Amino acid sequence: MSATATEPHRPRIPQRISVLAGPAVMAGFALAVVIPFISLLLAALNPSGALVSGFAWPQHPTLANFGAAWSAAGFGGLLRNSVVVILGLVPLSLLCAILAGYAFATMEFRGRTALFGFLLLGLTLPYEAAVVPLYYDLRSIGLTDTPLALILALTGLFMPFGAFWMRQQFLALPPELVEAAAMDGANSWTVLWRVLVPCTRPALTTLGLLYFLWGWNQFLLALVLIQDPAKRTAPAGLGFFVGAYSLNVPLLAAATLIVITPVVAVYLVFQRHFISGMLAGAVKG
Amino acid sequence: MSVRAALPDGVRTRSAAADDAAAPTAHDRASTLPRGARGRGRPGRRGRRRIAYLYLAPALGVYTLFVALPWVHTIWLSFYTWDGVTLGTWDGFGNYRDVLTDPTMLAALEHALGFIVFFSLLPIAIGLPLAAVVGAAGGKRRYPVSRAVLFLPQVVPLIAVGVMWRWMYAQNGLVNRILDAVGLRSVTRAWLGDFTWAYVAVGLVGTWVMTGLTLVVFQAGIQKIDTSLYEAARIDGAGPVREFFAVTLPGLRADIGVALTVTVIAALASFDVVYVTTGGGPGTSTIVPGVLIYQLAFTDGKVGAACALAVVLSALIALIVLAIGRLVREKP
Repeated sequence: MSATATEPHRPRIPQRISVLAGPAVMAGFALAVVIPFISLLLAALNPSGALVSGFAWPQHPTLANFGAAWSAAGFGGLLRNSVVVILGLVPLSLLCAILAGYAFATMEFRGRTALFGFLLLGLTLPYEAAVVPLYYDLRSIGLTDTPLALILALTGLFMPFGAFWMRQQFLALPPELVEAAAMDGANSWTVLWRVLVPCTRPALTTLGLLYFLWGWNQFLLALVLIQDPAKRTAPAGLGFFVGAYSLNVPLLAAATLIVITPVVAVYLVFQRHFISGMLAGAVKG
Repeated sequence: MSVRAALPDGVRTRSAAADDAAAPTAHDRASTLPRGARGRGRPGRRGRRRIAYLYLAPALGVYTLFVALPWVHTIWLSFYTWDGVTLGTWDGFGNYRDVLTDPTMLAALEHALGFIVFFSLLPIAIGLPLAAVVGAAGGKRRYPVSRAVLFLPQVVPLIAVGVMWRWMYAQNGLVNRILDAVGLRSVTRAWLGDFTWAYVAVGLVGTWVMTGLTLVVFQAGIQKIDTSLYEAARIDGAGPVREFFAVTLPGLRADIGVALTVTVIAALASFDVVYVTTGGGPGTSTIVPGVLIYQLAFTDGKVGAACALAVVLSALIALIVLAIGRLVREKP
């Protein structure tokens, strides 16, 4: 136990181990995460329908599968449908979350605690709990098979987290900000958009990214609320593709990579936002 | 500001400015909660009150229409026998009796609870000591690349994770190739089609998804533990193991609570991975409530039974999450 002198602050373990242990553990686990992805990528590089084995560089590597999977599953349309849902979902959810968080954080009104509690009830509610009547209710008003069904349902399901998150952000700002602006005669609407929202831009970015991620990845609701193959989202399309081509490993692998790529790309760019957001508000994953 | 008092001198002077700026904030917040309404002599107090509801309307409206009411509707439907097409008939608690007696329903609930081992307990049991080792060895190092990679399973769609592991577990997949390579050819099989092993195989996908999350949560948590606690333990002559149990573990109480909550919800409400890897089979050996609700409602025409199971599942999740909250808040 000689670590005490050089490692004054952290739990100690023998020096020689300690220098290597941290990086080794982290790298080992990173490897365990990456290997299945690489296995998938290698499989996708084989010719369509080939009998693939484990973890080997393909004999005739080809990118043809990506094109084949793209046209077989109609990913052009599927990805477009996903984008439409996201373009509706993210701004609408952010707007609702900002407005609700603002009211909960800065205003006094009757029933504040009760309404906030009502909203928080939704935090632990599984998607399975609402999906059945949601389908029948939305069908009866003709909303199933439209992106709007998914946008509205997901906005509702994401609202507890968003309102909670924005309330926290607004509470963390010094109240002088609001008071000074109010003193200048600004009304609550101006205070919100001119003063508070600009101050919370990083938190808003994080929330927007989480909404994008959850919306893009949502499978159960997409599967149930949108039955028309032409209107499906990319993950739902992948679900059906698996059923249709379950034995064609290279094609399936390519399709999976196509669905994964957009989220991974956004994740890699905004990685810090994602991790801090998920650590801070890991309540609804 | 007891935190500041506990800090060594050098730290205090450096952070004094920031602290002083923050202090009045905290103070003000306690004394002026009705902040928006405080505008002195403004006629707006009542107006402000009503305007709050306008700000809340969009969020609460969407939430009520698309979450709260459907959920109430779930409870309502759970008392009916309904095939989704013809007129339903009142069934009282019949569907709930089925949930508690039907072997498939019970299997689904058992599997969901069993997934807590794979989705929560295993990842936490692996993540805790490893985070301690990483924290001990690396000090303040943050391993940005490894962290980013460890979070990947949280980011990609679970349906894609499922397809990926179908391939990993396939007859020619990597799992069997590795077993081959280490001389365990006799053990290889099509894991997801095996009555005994499919459940464990699917559960371990959950472990793979969740372990990175717990490791990153705990590693971030360890950075926040007061270093003087470690010094005190060291002076008392505690070894690394006792230090882990005496300082690290209690210090991570809140983080363990967060990790437990997130992973338990994921375990009980699992759908995507099971749906795409086994669909609940072979037989009912991997059936979980999510998949069973889907099958009952949308392929078997047993909407009432599906809703009863959904109600039981939500109650189960809410109860367990509440219990975790209690456990974590309680003083050791």
